[in-house]
Amino acid sequence: MNRMAETASGRLTAAHVLEYPYRRSVGPVMGAFFTGLTERRLLGVRARDGRVLVPPVEYDPESGESIGEMIEVGPGGVVTTWAWVEKPRAKHPLDRPFAWALVRLDGAGSAMLHAVDAGSAAAMRTGMRVRPRWKAEPEGNIHDIVCFEPERA
Amino acid sequence: MSEITNIVTPIRLDYTYTAGHATQRFLLGMAEGRILGQRCPECAKVYVPPRGACPKCGVPTTDEVEVTGKGTVTTFCIVRIPSDVLSVPPPFTCAHVLLDGADLPFFALIQECDFDAVRMGMRVEAVWAPKAELAATFESIRYFRPIDEPDAPYETYKEHL
Amino acid sequence: MPSRDVAIVGFAQSASVRREASRNEVEMLMPILQEAKRQAGLRGRDIGVTVSGSCDYLAGQPFAFVSALDAVGAWPPIVESHVEMDGAWALYEAWVKLQTGEADSALVYAFGKSSMGDLPEVLTIQLDPYTTAPLWPDAVSLAALQARAYLEKTGTSERDLAEVAFRSRRAAAANPKAQVRTSADAETLLATPYLVSPLRAHDCPPISDGCAAIVLACGDAVKKSAMTPVWIRGIDHRIEAHALGVRDLTTSPSTKLAGEKAGVGKGRVDLAELHAPFTHQELILREALGLGAGVDVNPSGGALAANPMMVAGLVRIGEAAARLAGGAGKRAVAHATSGPCLQQNLVCVLERD
Repeated sequence: MNRMAETASGRLTAAHVLEYPYRRSVGPVMGAFFTGLTERRLLGVRARDGRVLVPPVEYDPESGESIGEMIEVGPGGVVTTWAWVEKPRAKHPLDRPFAWALVRLDGAGSAMLHAVDAGSAAAMRTGMRVRPRWKAEPEGNIHDIVCFEPERA
Repeated sequence: MSEITNIVTPIRLDYTYTAGHATQRFLLGMAEGRILGQRCPECAKVYVPPRGACPKCGVPTTDEVEVTGKGTVTTFCIVRIPSDVLSVPPPFTCAHVLLDGADLPFFALIQECDFDAVRMGMRVEAVWAPKAELAATFESIRYFRPIDEPDAPYETYKEHL
Repeated sequence: MPSRDVAIVGFAQSASVRREASRNEVEMLMPILQEAKRQAGLRGRDIGVTVSGSCDYLAGQPFAFVSALDAVGAWPPIVESHVEMDGAWALYEAWVKLQTGEADSALVYAFGKSSMGDLPEVLTIQLDPYTTAPLWPDAVSLAALQARAYLEKTGTSERDLAEVAFRSRRAAAANPKAQVRTSADAETLLATPYLVSPLRAHDCPPISDGCAAIVLACGDAVKKSAMTPVWIRGIDHRIEAHALGVRDLTTSPSTKLAGEKAGVGKGRVDLAELHAPFTHQELILREALGLGAGVDVNPSGGALAANPMMVAGLVRIGEAAARLAGGAGKRAVAHATSGPCLQQNLVCVLERD
């Protein structure tokens, strides 16, 4: 922590930064998902009830059984709900107004969260089709998808 | 590209801390070269630095008490492991110092003293920063050094180990 | 079903403020703990078990909760436990402990000083760290995704949401502990810009610093209380999947189930305190708990008027109990939530004799 400094009100305050450079082991299922991103492929996993979950999970959400059959989905998908951010925060994936959206990729039974670069809120609607905009040089993490963008008809 | 086995997901959060009443009083005292504590109204123990509460009785400590920079080493260790966050290069001596009139020893550096001369019960005093450099920080006390007094008897600090 | 009748015999809370700049957590807590114990007629050493709820990330200090124990007086050593959750879950743990018969009284407290950090970003840390948190979706954005899904599915309007905010703030005018205690009418609220559409500022909770404490007692310990005892007749909590994309965000199955297990439907409900930090969540929760138009919902103003993190759920239980003790009704429902978009929910049924 930095030194305490006196504010105009006479109260002592100090800046404190909490920073963790986490490196996470991803295991075989998430590892396959992130490896797929480096090849611009989107992979899900088939749950016991037949649904394909994207991002994938290691265990069946209902039975808890181990699952791992990887299925390719997308790359296009449908927006199931969205929220328009007029003033992005510094940590947000885009630095201009954008939408957060839950996107159900073609062939998937669950939706994934990401940003949609649509220009304006008027261009957004539930049910619209979107596709990923890929990073030029994928590295194997979620940022390999820069964002989603409206699919042109 | 080869198979991905791990990812880096850094987290950074920024905070602005406020000191709280008791700590603020203590730190402003430091800027004046004074050591301020608080006394528990129930058990009469004096806490330096104060936290606004008696951790044993769970009541507010409202009476302010000033103590001097003289005290006793209750326990100590010699640090030999280098680290980027240390303000002094190792090896150096760290000690718990119980100030006269206080009931809570605190962590402090011991300097101007050979490693093999440091001992439990050794009498020490605070060495302050030059007046112009005093600030609202515990670092206004640069370190503690031995003083020419007989060692404190074990009975006087055995409850504070 | 509970084998021991447990009563709430003391409740105190700080005023919720945007920034508690002059006191630390211990200094905030101490008068609240003293007041709750005074109401219960119990002294520190009479308390059988102490359980607290808080979140270290609010202060950015690992194990920040242990320093809060200075406010309790942990000598001679006490029976103590902590949950990294809202204090409502600390109350649940204390209730279980009393059910075992190991103790006859419990002190439950919660504290949160959100003002030190950037709360919407601090809350991002609770998300999946592999594919979600690295995008830094903030808490308001996630709630906005849920709000749109709810509005479009049910036909609820943004005006309906503004009415929820208006009613909450109006109710809070009579609650000196609340933070947002005045409101323009719904029409005026609707004319304000979106924060994250479809949510406007009034659809979101204030950022609050605050703390609260509840004392539980059973057996002879109840008789010492200066407060009219309010009995916990049922309590249950349930959780849903972590990933937002696998849930139906427009309903709250975990609240519904917890409400059934706690016995909400076994009698008439006079009032309810629902921990709904966002306007649309109050509507989802009313439906999940089957609360009709005759139920006085959030007479305190609820979390839309004061939302100290890790505290606001416990406050819902305390507010409901205090209102019953004050004669506002015979039977109440209190609810607490945790996690993004109502992921986890606790329901408690309270009655006075």
